Amino acid sequence: MILTNIENVPGRQIVQHFGLVQGSTIRAKHFGRDFAAGLKNIVGGELKGYTELLQESRAEATSRMVAQAMELGANAVVNVRFTTSSVAQGASEILAYGTAVRVE
Amino acid sequence: MSIELIIGLGVPIVLIIVGRIVGARIERAHFEDIARREARFLEQPALSIKRLAPPASIRSAELATGSVVVSVDHFKRFISGFRMFFGGEVRSYATLIERARREAVLRMKESQPDADAYINTRLETSTISSASGDQGMGTIEVLAYGTAVHYDRAP
Repeated sequence: MILTNIENVPGRQIVQHFGLVQGSTIRAKHFGRDFAAGLKNIVGGELKGYTELLQESRAEATSRMVAQAMELGANAVVNVRFTTSSVAQGASEILAYGTAVRVE
Repeated sequence: MSIELIIGLGVPIVLIIVGRIVGARIERAHFEDIARREARFLEQPALSIKRLAPPASIRSAELATGSVVVSVDHFKRFISGFRMFFGGEVRSYATLIERARREAVLRMKESQPDADAYINTRLETSTISSASGDQGMGTIEVLAYGTAVHYDRAP
């Protein structure tokens, strides 16, 4: 599965469009991480626990999007976009979407 | 002086002082680290355009992402409190945003270290809110993503 965030796959011809595919996940932070982050907040800097959490979530959203594309018979997803929105205090939704296509 | 007053005033003051000293050191170290790593990628630019100029022909393309969550220290949070009252530019948060963006772009590049360029690079910023009130204030996540491309040959 080829993923790009431009409209095409360079060097390949798009032969079929399958339309929009998407994958999302909603994650809540767990208490331990929140506590550690609270301590780290005093001195500032990277909050590694949150970075990891969001990376895992994004990987999950992407794999759901890819699974949907595979079901349709696509072999590439172009114009991939990521968005994040907070649905509640301490929980955020991560969405990955793109256009499933078949390339030569 | 009552013990409540000492705790009530003392703890925040200590946290602010610790934040000022340790936070500034961490920030400086982080900026030095960013500058050193950026030097490595000078020949591999992150571009916001989608198509490269004609001579460059692309052999392969792959999605590259990089993200980071960064927060400011207590001292800056305290200072920005005043700024929120009087208005004006909040300079203490400018460095927070800057280091997060530069770090995210670097991580994107490091996820595909042998690419020739990163086209259509996008930066997405979101604030992280904490379950325990306004503790998450001054905490942001930056995601950088783009398409890592390899040229057919060096243009």
